[in-house]
Amino acid sequence: MPQSEKDFDEDIELSDAPPAGEDKSDSAPEDDSDNEEDTKLQPKATSNGTSEPVTEETPAEKKSKVEDMFDDDGDEYGMNDDEDAELFAESEAAIGQMAMGGAVGPSDPGVMKAFYQRLLPFQSLFQWLNHSPVPSNDFAHREFAFTLPSETYLRYQAFPSGDLLKEAVVKLNPTRFEIGPVYNANPKDRKQIRNFYPLQKELVFDIDMTDYDDIRTCCEKAKICNKCWSFVTMAIKVIDIALKEDFGFKHVLWVYSGRRGAHAWVCDKRARVMDDQKRRVVASYLEVVKGGSNTNKKVNVKRPLHPHLVRSFDILREDFAVRILEDQDPWRDMQGAEKLLKLIPDRDLAEGLRKKWESQANRLSVNKWEDIDALARTGVFKKLDTKLLLESKHDIILEYMYPRLDAEVSKHLNHLLKSPFCVHPGTGRVCVPIDASKAEDFDPLSVPTVTELLEEINQWDHKNKKTKVESEGAGPGTKEKHPDYEKTSLKPYVDFFKAFVASLIRDERKEGKVMNGDSMEY
Amino acid sequence: MFRTDPKKTHFGPSSAVSTASTPATAYPHRLNFYTVPPTSEITLDQFEQWAIYRLKVLGEIESCQYRNKTAKETEAILKPLLDKYLPLSTSTSAGFSTANLAKVTEERKKDHYSHFILRLAFARSGELRARFSRAERVLFRIRWATDDAVERQRFLASLNLDWGPIDADELQNLSPYLSSLSGPTAASETYFKVDWERVSDLVEQRRVFLRAGKAYVPTSEQLSLVSAEFTTRLEAALELTARALPRLDEDDRIMPILNHLSLDFTQPEYNMPANLTGAAITAKSIDGLVNPHFPLCMSHLHNTLKRTHHLKHFGRLQYTLFLKGIGLSPDEAITFWRSSFSTTTDDKFTKEYRYNIRHAYGLEGNRRNYKPLSCQQILTDRHPGPGETHGCPYRHFSVDNLVAALSRGGIVDKNVLGGVREDVEKKKFHLACNRVFEHVHARELKREKDEGKAVNETIVHPNVYFARSWELRNPGVRAQRAGAVEEEQGGQGPHGEE
Repeated sequence: MPQSEKDFDEDIELSDAPPAGEDKSDSAPEDDSDNEEDTKLQPKATSNGTSEPVTEETPAEKKSKVEDMFDDDGDEYGMNDDEDAELFAESEAAIGQMAMGGAVGPSDPGVMKAFYQRLLPFQSLFQWLNHSPVPSNDFAHREFAFTLPSETYLRYQAFPSGDLLKEAVVKLNPTRFEIGPVYNANPKDRKQIRNFYPLQKELVFDIDMTDYDDIRTCCEKAKICNKCWSFVTMAIKVIDIALKEDFGFKHVLWVYSGRRGAHAWVCDKRARVMDDQKRRVVASYLEVVKGGSNTNKKVNVKRPLHPHLVRSFDILREDFAVRILEDQDPWRDMQGAEKLLKLIPDRDLAEGLRKKWESQANRLSVNKWEDIDALARTGVFKKLDTKLLLESKHDIILEYMYPRLDAEVSKHLNHLLKSPFCVHPGTGRVCVPIDASKAEDFDPLSVPTVTELLEEINQWDHKNKKTKVESEGAGPGTKEKHPDYEKTSLKPYVDFFKAFVASLIRDERKEGKVMNGDSMEY
Repeated sequence: MFRTDPKKTHFGPSSAVSTASTPATAYPHRLNFYTVPPTSEITLDQFEQWAIYRLKVLGEIESCQYRNKTAKETEAILKPLLDKYLPLSTSTSAGFSTANLAKVTEERKKDHYSHFILRLAFARSGELRARFSRAERVLFRIRWATDDAVERQRFLASLNLDWGPIDADELQNLSPYLSSLSGPTAASETYFKVDWERVSDLVEQRRVFLRAGKAYVPTSEQLSLVSAEFTTRLEAALELTARALPRLDEDDRIMPILNHLSLDFTQPEYNMPANLTGAAITAKSIDGLVNPHFPLCMSHLHNTLKRTHHLKHFGRLQYTLFLKGIGLSPDEAITFWRSSFSTTTDDKFTKEYRYNIRHAYGLEGNRRNYKPLSCQQILTDRHPGPGETHGCPYRHFSVDNLVAALSRGGIVDKNVLGGVREDVEKKKFHLACNRVFEHVHARELKREKDEGKAVNETIVHPNVYFARSWELRNPGVRAQRAGAVEEEQGGQGPHGEE
C-alpha cells in the first residue's frame, strides 16, 4: 500500500489504530466497554463551553493540523486527484483484502475509510439536517462530534455543507460520529461569542436493552436475539404512535443503534425548537416504568388509565402470552416467581401461590400466570379485592412490556446522539433506519455489516467489470453512474432514509410558506 | 404627610397607545389581564387612594396565604374587603342604564389604575415582584370564580389565546377518551383545546387527553390555565416595568407615594428595645403586666383569652406579635398559649395553633420576621368579624361597650370617659387611646414634666404604649427608646393624624 509522504502525514491518526490484520474477528476489543457504548452519555455540551472534554487534551500539534485541514480553501472536495486516487486505492485495497479472505473488521481504518468514502449517504444526511437543499445555518451551525480511532473525542465540529462533512469524516476516519444541536453561531467560533447557546435539535429517544436486563432471560449484557429484540419492537410501536397521534409529530425517524437498541429522532420543527422543559414534559408523559432495582412495583398509574396507556396496553397485551410468558418465561424458577409474587396485592393470595409453586419446581410462567386467576376464583380469599387484582395484573403487563426509555437522553436539547448510518464498532453493523410501520419485520441480526457491504461492492463490480472501467474515468464517488450503495444490501435503507428526508423537506417548505414574512427565527 | 395636591398627574409610559376612549368601550370586561397601561389623567389623591385600597386587598390575600387558607376560605375572607375597596360589578348586573354603566366603568377604571400604580410600586425588587404577582394571581382567581359564565367566555375570547371550545361532533367522537380522564362527570364537562405546550404541566402528569398536538382541557382545569397565563404575562410585564423605573425617579410627586406604598406592603416596623423590662418576660409574668401597661386592644385580647380560653386567628396574631414585641421568647409564647388554651387538647393545639405561633416568630414557613402590628394596621387592616376580638376597641367597639370595657379596667373618671366619647365620635381613635394613657399615668407624667424631661408625643403603636408605660412606672430602667419606632410619620386613610 504505497503512500505518498504527504498522505502519510495527514493521516497520522491512523497509526494509533491497531494495524490491519491483527483483529481476528468481529468482536473488536471495544466489546468490553460496550456497556457504556450505547448509553451515549457523552460529555454534555455546555453552552458556556466550560467543560470541553477531550478536545482540549488533543495535542496542540495534532489539533492545529486538524483545524488547518478544515480551514482549507474549500474547493468542492478540497482534495487533488492524487489524494482522491490514493484514498480510493486504499478502500480498494481493503475490499481486495477481504476478497482474499483476510479478516478485517470495522476497527480496521481502511475498512471504515472505504465505508465513509463510498457508502455513507452524506448527501442525504446533509439534507436531513439542513431541511432544505440549499445550505443553511441549520446545517452549518450544527455540532458534530467525532470519536477518533485513538479514542480522542473531538467536539464542536461544524461544516458548511455535506461534502465538507464527508471530506472531514473521510480524512479523520472516526470510529463513529455524533450529532448535536444547532447553535446560534458556528460552534467553531464559540469562543469568540459571548452568548453561545443551542437553538434546536431533534427530540430524541433512546431505547436500550440494558434497561430490560431485570426482565429478559434469553440473553445477557451486549448479546441480543430475536426474542429480546421484541422488547425494542414493542417500544417502537408504542412510542411511535404516541408521538404521532398524541403530539401530532409526523417525522419520526427510528434508527437501529447497531447492537441492541434503537434511537428515535423526532424531526418536526415543533419538536426541534422545544426547550429542555418541554422535552422533559414529553419524556414524562411517555414514561411509565419507574424505579430502580430496589423498587418492587415499577408501574404506578392512576385509574382510570389515561388514553395513552389504554392504547399502549391494547398494543402490548396481545403479545404478552408469547413475548413474555413463552419467550422470556421470567417466573419459571422460584427466584423469578418471587418477583411476580411481590406484585400481587393480596398477601393471602400471594402466600397461596407461593406454596403451590414451591411444590412444583420450574412451573412455567404461562401456568403461573393462569394460577393467579384460578386461585383467586376459588373464593378462599375472603378479603380479596378482585378489581385491585385485575389492575395489578395490568400493571404487571405494563411493567414487563411498556417501553423503558433512557429519559435523560430526551430531556436535554444539547445531548449528542450517534448519527444514522454510522457503524457500530463492536458489531460492525450499520445504524440503519427502521421502518416503524413494519417494526416487526426488522431483524437486527440481518442488518448488513460494514465488511459485508464492502464485499458486496466488490462482487457487484466483479460482475459488472465493464461498468467499472467506464466509471473509473469519471472518478469515484457521486459522479459514478451507479452509486456504490446501490450495489449493496444497504440500498433499501438508504432509499427509506431518502424518502423520509424528502417528506421532511416537503413539509418544512410548506411551513416556511405559511410563516412567510413572519420571522419566527429562534 | 402625603401631598393632597389637586394637581393632575400623568403616568405610565408616555408612548403607550391611548386606547381608553369612551367609557362605554374602555372596559368591556370585568376581568382584566392588564395588558394596556392606563393613559388618562387622574389626581394625585386618586392615585394614592386607589392604590391604598388595592393594597389593603392584596395585603389580606398575603395574610390568607400565610395562614394556608383554602381558596374558598380566602374568597370568603376577602369578600367584604373587596366589596368595600375594590368592588367590581358584572356587566350583566349593570344593566343598560347609563348611570350603572358609569358606575361599572368607574369601578373598572379604579381596578385598572390601581393595578398599574402598584406595579410601579412593587417592581423595584425581585421579592416584591414575586409577592405582588402571587397576590394578584389570587385576586384574579377570586374574580374569575365570581364572574358570570357568559362574561367569562367573552373575556376569554378577548384574550386571543386561541383556545377553541370543541364542537359537538368532535366531542362526541372523543368522549370515550375524555371520560377516562374526567370520570363520571365527563358528560356534563365542557372542553377546549390548546397546543399541548401551553398546558405542559397537565401533559407531564397525563391529566389531559392529547390528540394531534392539541390538549383537550376540561373547563374544570381552565382556571389553572388562565391564571398561569395571567401570571406569565404579569411577570414579564413587571420585569419590563422594573427596567423602566429609573426613568420615573425624576418625578418628585409620584416617587414618595410609590415608596410609601411599597413600604406599607412591607409593614411599618416596630423594633423592640433590647431587654426593656430588665428581666426576662415569661408566660407567667404576663398577667402582672396587663394592668397598667397594656393598651386596651391588648388587655381586651388578654382578658378574652383568660375568660374563653380561646382567641380567633387574628386575635392570636395581633396578640402574639405584641407579646413578641415586648420580649416574650418563642418557647415562652408556646407555653403561654398552651396554658391559655386550657380547654384545647394537646393534639389539637399542636396541629392547629403551634405552627401559627412559631410562624409569627418567623420559625416556620417563609420565616419572615413579622413585626408587631401598629395602630394603623390594627385600625385599618382587618376589621373584626362576628366572634372576633382583635382590632382597636376605640374604633371597633360600640361606644357603650367601649366605656364598659374601660370601666372594667378601672377607668371610671367621668371626664376621661366623656373625652373618649368625644374623640371616638370625631374618629380620633389615637387621641382617645392617648387620653386613657395620660390618665393612667398622670402622676408619672406630671413627675416627668416637673423634672423637665416631658415627652409629649402621640403613641401610635401598642408596643410603644407598653414601653412608655413601663418606663414611667420604672423610672430607674431607662430603656433605649431611641429608634423604637420606625413608623412613617402620620398614617394615611381615614384616621390620619388629626
